Amino acid sequence: MAGTAAGGGRRNPVAPYLLIAPGVLWLLMFFAIPLVTLAQTSLAGEGRAWWDGYARAFTQYGSFIVRSFRFSLMATLVALLLGYPLAYVMAFRAGRFKNFLLGLVILPFFTTFLVRTFAWKTMLNDGGPIVGMLVWLHLLPPDGRLLNTNWAVIGGLTYNFLPFMILPIYVSLEKIDRRLVEAAQDLYSNPIRAFGRVVFPLSLPGVFAGSLLTFIPASGDFINAELLGSPNQRMIGTVIQNQFLQVHDYPLAASLSFVLMVIITIAVVVYARVLGTEDLA
Amino acid sequence: MTSGSAPLARRARWRGWVLDLIGAMVLLYLFLPIFVIILYSFNRPEGKFNFVWKAFSLDAWRDPFKFEPLVDAMKLSLKVASISTAVATVFGSLIALALCRYKFRGSGAIGLLLVLPLTTPEVVLGSSLLSLFLDLNAHMGFTTIVIAHIMFSVSYVALTVRARIRGFDWTLEEAAMDLGATPVRVIFKVTLPLIAPGIVAAAMLSFALSLDDFIITLFNSGSEVTYPLYVYGARRAAFPPQINVLATTILVGSLLLLGITVLWQQRRLKQALVAPGA
Repeated sequence: MAGTAAGGGRRNPVAPYLLIAPGVLWLLMFFAIPLVTLAQTSLAGEGRAWWDGYARAFTQYGSFIVRSFRFSLMATLVALLLGYPLAYVMAFRAGRFKNFLLGLVILPFFTTFLVRTFAWKTMLNDGGPIVGMLVWLHLLPPDGRLLNTNWAVIGGLTYNFLPFMILPIYVSLEKIDRRLVEAAQDLYSNPIRAFGRVVFPLSLPGVFAGSLLTFIPASGDFINAELLGSPNQRMIGTVIQNQFLQVHDYPLAASLSFVLMVIITIAVVVYARVLGTEDLA
Repeated sequence: MTSGSAPLARRARWRGWVLDLIGAMVLLYLFLPIFVIILYSFNRPEGKFNFVWKAFSLDAWRDPFKFEPLVDAMKLSLKVASISTAVATVFGSLIALALCRYKFRGSGAIGLLLVLPLTTPEVVLGSSLLSLFLDLNAHMGFTTIVIAHIMFSVSYVALTVRARIRGFDWTLEEAAMDLGATPVRVIFKVTLPLIAPGIVAAAMLSFALSLDDFIITLFNSGSEVTYPLYVYGARRAAFPPQINVLATTILVGSLLLLGITVLWQQRRLKQALVAPGA
């Protein structure tokens, strides 16, 4: 604490390392090293070839992996379509109600995630009000149901991660200089073109962050698939959980977990590239 | 004003209303399950599962602690959340402090290490930690749950506190020292009061995350049952309205806490504005 250098960035050879030591050691011990043991477990074989876990992961559970990414991609897309307008209204049209709306958006976090998903189960139930209304509107056949369908699971995923989509988009819209928006409206005369040329490109960092914060947890989630779907909607998270905790087939379970992580990492990098180039154009 | 501007303005206003309507519908979508949770806490279900509306009743509210396993699970969750929040708040705030006020080699890597747990699916976090514990032959239970919760909370705390104290004027500390304050006094009289709001926000976030966590906990709980684990198991055995009562209580409790914090911060702000003259 000897105040030698002035200003924000001080130089002190040991102080910062002492400050970060406990937290960083914890993260290394219980986040970084476990990823290494996960990789080791996936290659352990346990009486079979070292690659056996991965071979079975792709041949037996490839369809679960594909379904997980299909569902989470759909959920991300729907969340973007629903979340963007609300974020836009909050940033540009809410006026003094801005903070109030912000509070409303994070309100769902104050009730347990699982209980909220059970509430969806209650609402989508066969005899429930939503099914009744859709049947009455002839949008659903008389014996139609919502529970145990792909859309129930996608809807649940969308619901659970929607605030994570809204908040980053809101932050990036909020940062845009109002004069820029006015100038664009003068310049393009058509508000939709002004939005497409100026506002939307400037909000891309928020769209990027929001999409990742929705897509990543959705792809590994299994609660929505378990509670709102049937075995036909089962996602990869259920399989990983089941293989680890019930079947105890550790090489297979670890392989699945590792594959999930690698695919997500690749997807994130590709997505960053795509959005990055659009940003330049 | 040209003759075409009136219909144009009307169209723009109309478009605005459509946007507002969509926004309102999305908010409704966010709220629907919360209404249902509160409503069904007043239900008298037929049988063991509180999934179909039967009759209005205050039974569950009169006897919220009827189911001992549910109460035990809640107690365990509160204990885990308290300990993990206390530890993670200290660890995370120290990292944020170091990142904001020192330039040091490796700070970029630390930033990456903080973000990575947030961009890794919970299933991967939970299962990799489990594979470590299996490797070490560790006993799974209370300790492993707390370890896991501290792990995912540290990142959230560090990033939240860093966002709040970035761009701070640290010369205030030096000014205090020039005026003769001891380093310990500086910490308690200058540094802590300045960063306190960020730390309180981070601690609340960490507590909420811990109380809510299901997936990571499932992998590392052994035979212990936290509140979310109890709720998950309840779909097989019985789903009493007491679960809804507790969920509603948590909602109201956290809203009150949030309100108090906001008031506290406004008062602090007022005091800070008044203080120089006093």
